[in-house]
Amino acid sequence: MKDTERELAAGQLQNESVTRTYRAIISRRVLAIAVLAAAIILLAAVAVTLGSADLTVSEVYIAIFSRFFPGSLSTDPLTSTIVWDFRLHRVIFAVLAGFGLAVAGAMMQGVLRNPLASPFTLGIASAATFGAAIAIVFLPPLFDGDLVLVACAFSASLLATAAIYGLSRYRGMSAESMVLAGIILMYLFGAITSFLQYTGSTEQLQAVVFWMFGSLQQTSWLKCGIVGIVLGISVPYVILKAWDFNALTMGDQVARSLGVRVERTRTIHMFIASLITASIICFTGTIGFIGLVSPHITRLALGGDHRYLLVASGLIGALILLLADSLARTILAPTIIPVGIMTAFIGIPFFLYLFLRRKEEYW
Amino acid sequence: MIAEVRGLSFSYGDRAVLSDVSFTLEEGTVLGVVGPNGCGKTTLIKCLDRILEPRGTVKIRGRGIADYHGNELARTVAYVPQALSIGMAMTVLEVVLMGRTPHVRWSVSDDDLSLVTETISRLGIGHLAFRKLTQVSGGERQKVMIARALVQNPSLLLLDEPTSALDVRHQLEVMALIRSVVDERNIGALAAIHDLNLAARFCDSVIVLHEGTVRAAGEPNQLLTPALIREVYGIRALVGREEGLPFILPVEPVGSETP
Repeated sequence: MKDTERELAAGQLQNESVTRTYRAIISRRVLAIAVLAAAIILLAAVAVTLGSADLTVSEVYIAIFSRFFPGSLSTDPLTSTIVWDFRLHRVIFAVLAGFGLAVAGAMMQGVLRNPLASPFTLGIASAATFGAAIAIVFLPPLFDGDLVLVACAFSASLLATAAIYGLSRYRGMSAESMVLAGIILMYLFGAITSFLQYTGSTEQLQAVVFWMFGSLQQTSWLKCGIVGIVLGISVPYVILKAWDFNALTMGDQVARSLGVRVERTRTIHMFIASLITASIICFTGTIGFIGLVSPHITRLALGGDHRYLLVASGLIGALILLLADSLARTILAPTIIPVGIMTAFIGIPFFLYLFLRRKEEYW
Repeated sequence: MIAEVRGLSFSYGDRAVLSDVSFTLEEGTVLGVVGPNGCGKTTLIKCLDRILEPRGTVKIRGRGIADYHGNELARTVAYVPQALSIGMAMTVLEVVLMGRTPHVRWSVSDDDLSLVTETISRLGIGHLAFRKLTQVSGGERQKVMIARALVQNPSLLLLDEPTSALDVRHQLEVMALIRSVVDERNIGALAAIHDLNLAARFCDSVIVLHEGTVRAAGEPNQLLTPALIREVYGIRALVGREEGLPFILPVEPVGSETP
């Protein structure tokens, strides 16, 4: 009898300790998200003070706050223009774009159960490049380049999404068929883009290549607003559905038995992820890598529960892109290195550190 | 009555896999589904959890499964698949928590958590809570999957060959566990089982599937005869009796090929 009591007590203690440890893990994740958000704010605060125009920190902040308190603070119009029309929206766009691309990557990896899924590997980015190349090679003499290019890149990305959907519908919307359809499209659009580059003029070739590097040179408040609205609507919805992502990691059949409508969920989330991606890269060119690696960094550091993984991936992506852009603007100033090149230089050491340090399987 | 199946048929395209399958499953009973490879055991289980949509009638707790909406079916029926493709290495606790998916809104309540911890310690895997699923043995993983199904609080537990990858000791442990959970909670379990001896030892009744139809059904004691085993599996087998239970010793295949 005593033994049974002792066993019961031991079991009770074990249950309590499991509960406590789990709550501690959750608190740690929430804390990590808060720290990441604080780091982004801090870095953004530093990033606005960086640039080729020789402005002091106080000049920059007086220029920023003079818009909110026009009576008490005054700044000269040139400083105000540099800060408000060149730097500030660029910094904010870097945060939004990094966040969006990383969330899209985490979503795609989750619903497709594939560690290699990202807007880049699934043809969405190649399609955008294809659209941009069409605009660069065929349309510049006709219209104002920027808007046409954005429209072409955006529509081509959505075309690729529709094509992935159409192709995989024939195979019952399985994860494998979506990945395969995406990879086929990536090669198809890549080949067409190469052909356009091959047949285009030197200037056109240069423009396409520059677009493929990815750049935050062309940001504006309007573009920040557009991406902000897309993220503001889609991300809360996606986070609410985090349990569905978790269930999908156990396979379609288990997910279905847990009440998830698998095909519908996969289709909706692939569409949302593609929309987020398209709305960002149509303005920036292809910024790859962030969508692929930010979710992996997050998974290595915080585990695979999508309730935290989605947001934390987004914050990691925002941090990488903001850091990359800040360095891209400063290390060879006044020359600005395309940010798409810098993201890999910044992100890979970070990823390798976690990848080599954590020996256990994380995927 | 937990489940009532009448005239269930299912085809993959032109190929009929199940035809006119009927049975009932009462509270507190374990129903074994036996039969050779390809006889339709897995398909039958998937039909009962609406993963596949069969013709005929499937009622769970008196209600047709087509009438269950949203998460209702997931709160009533839980499914443990045969081979599990594990995507990401989540911890044992996180995997078991997934069983609460049909019940939770977003955050995990204290009740959810205590149900999960009680279930895993009841199954003897409490000490593995924070181990990655990829780092536990096959037997432990099967217990994790059963724990995940149990925290769904189902009335009907569907198990597709729950012991197929396990050694003899773990086979007994897992089957005994299923047996005791069914008795304690007065729920029903339907398990596809390859091992006739395990079926005889742990199931209240057995249905024998052969080429997609129910060839025989009843208590394992009366049902598992050399003649039936020969007909269904195409083997000669000895059927003995020990401690009031039949035991089956397969001897040799008979006929030119498997039926």
